[in-house]
Amino acid sequence: MAIRVSDLNAAAVEIESISKRFGQVGRMRQLMPWRKPKTPKLALDRVSLHVDTGRITGILGANGSGKSTLIRILATLLTPDAGRACVFGYDVVTQAADVRRHINRVSVEASFFKEMSPWENMLYAARLYGGGGDGTRSRVEAMLERLGLPLDTLDKPMKQLSRGQQQKVAIARSFLTSPSLLLMDEPTTGLDPRSKREVQDLVTSIRRDRAATVLLCTHDLQEAEVLCDRVVVIDHGRVLAEGTPADLIRIHAGPDGGSLEDAFMRLTGKRLEEDEEEKEE
Amino acid sequence: MIGNSLRWELNAFTGFIERQKNLYRRYWAWEAVWLLYNLVSVLSIGYLASGLSTLGLEPGHSNLQQAQLYLLVGALLWTYLSMVFFEIAFAITWERWEGTIEYTFMAPIRRLTHLLGMCAASLIYGIARAALIGLALVFLFNLDLSHANYWAALAIFAAATLPLLGLGIFTSILPLLSPEKGEQMAFAVQGVLLLISGVYYPITVLPGPLHLAGILSPLTYTLDGVREALLHGLSLTGALPDVGILLVMGIVLVPASVWCFGRAEERAKRLGLLKRSG
Ligand SMILES: Nc1ncnc2c1ncn2[C@@H]1O[C@H](COP(=O)(O)OP(=O)(O)OP(=O)(O)O)[C@@H](O)[C@H]1O
Ligand SMILES: [Mg+2]
Repeated sequence: MAIRVSDLNAAAVEIESISKRFGQVGRMRQLMPWRKPKTPKLALDRVSLHVDTGRITGILGANGSGKSTLIRILATLLTPDAGRACVFGYDVVTQAADVRRHINRVSVEASFFKEMSPWENMLYAARLYGGGGDGTRSRVEAMLERLGLPLDTLDKPMKQLSRGQQQKVAIARSFLTSPSLLLMDEPTTGLDPRSKREVQDLVTSIRRDRAATVLLCTHDLQEAEVLCDRVVVIDHGRVLAEGTPADLIRIHAGPDGGSLEDAFMRLTGKRLEEDEEEKEE
Repeated sequence: MIGNSLRWELNAFTGFIERQKNLYRRYWAWEAVWLLYNLVSVLSIGYLASGLSTLGLEPGHSNLQQAQLYLLVGALLWTYLSMVFFEIAFAITWERWEGTIEYTFMAPIRRLTHLLGMCAASLIYGIARAALIGLALVFLFNLDLSHANYWAALAIFAAATLPLLGLGIFTSILPLLSPEKGEQMAFAVQGVLLLISGVYYPITVLPGPLHLAGILSPLTYTLDGVREALLHGLSLTGALPDVGILLVMGIVLVPASVWCFGRAEERAKRLGLLKRSG
């Protein structure tokens, strides 16, 4: 779906100081004092972020740093406890329906009806996004061919596909609905080097062809360096640093230069040291 | 504008029915086993009735025939009602299990479309299966349907659809509230409905509180009305009170269940219950 002109003036993503805590004591729990209280987990701590339309922005961070939580909030699958998040000017909580029309998401695990074939899964997805008519089949075939998936897998049950192949179908599914904002949560985890390249090329090309905005969580720092216009490093639910990969390398990689990986290690390492200092105090 | 968004929702609605059709086709072996299970359950009730003679009633006695019809109509209707109920009640559990729930909830469609799509698919599939079982009964048992008024039975059957969908949607909320225990709760709800709705006995035999619960269950009116129509030729006008009660219950239950579903969805999003991993 094409984005409306008025939407173009708004930033693709505008996040103002959102926080999310899991495992809070709910109203029901309060009535049940005998249940063991869970320790709440602060997954996002006053995160602010601005993403321009048409950019690829990488989100880097260790396991459990809050990347997927951030993506889920933008995908209207989680409500933030505090703060505000907008996608193309629409609030993710109060205007969720408008947000949904502009987004799609690829998650780490390919989520499909496993007995159904890739085609049947794609057709279902297309229907939910106003598609599914004539021409859907050929679009799906073209998309999968481009991702290097053999076409004879199209009508086999999903469960017979390898993990990487399933991931490719998941990526094709998200592209199929032509989202203006694509939320990709570790899309290339588990892919072989060639498939990884194919996915990366596809991401670059949709950005070029359709001016789509991409938010990409990844643990592959080389991938981030190659693909992303900007990267954001988060740790323990807080934004540690933000900038172009070159900026981050220049500022954080250390005196003798280096890679994004060096910058990442130093940034998150610094946090570790701070934590230890806090404990000692 | 309105035309466009209606077309959008209708397209999604067909998408749900299409998806269910594909799922049933892919799981055909599993579905066949279920159908067989349902069939033998109904048959065993039929033979139970045939065997009543050994318990004192004389074979061929008209009372025995009546009892058999009474029990068989109950068993067949219950099978239909519980099949549709289960299909809807497990829609969310199923998607959680497949891992697709976040994708369905993220789609730019109304929740009402989603729920109605699931309901429509469940109804079509439930009616098809119940018809097959009904056909088997006609062949296997010597049923005396000479007094039956099919139109009255059909009217009550149709009116029962709405409250049935409402109950199903209410139960489908459970896995949203509690990912771990919601599924088992659906079985408990079904068991209670079986007990209180007069499937194999008139609810007057139930002790006070259960009797009261039976009066509140829409299935009671469905079973009672359809039975009256098939066994004693209840007239169309005579069916109107049951039809009315069922429609009123449906008009209350369906919107209430959809509303509650929305609240449960909001809660799940606040507490992070839709999905844990990834
Ligand atoms: N639905 C949930 N319920 C409870 N806790 C959650 C939920 N989702 C995330 N968390 C917790 O919030 C924290 C952040 O999780 P999140 O999934 O956002 O991390 P991540 O950066 O995506 O990690 P990874 O790199 O492993 O995918 C973790 O401690 C996690 O246990
Ligand atoms: Mg994650």
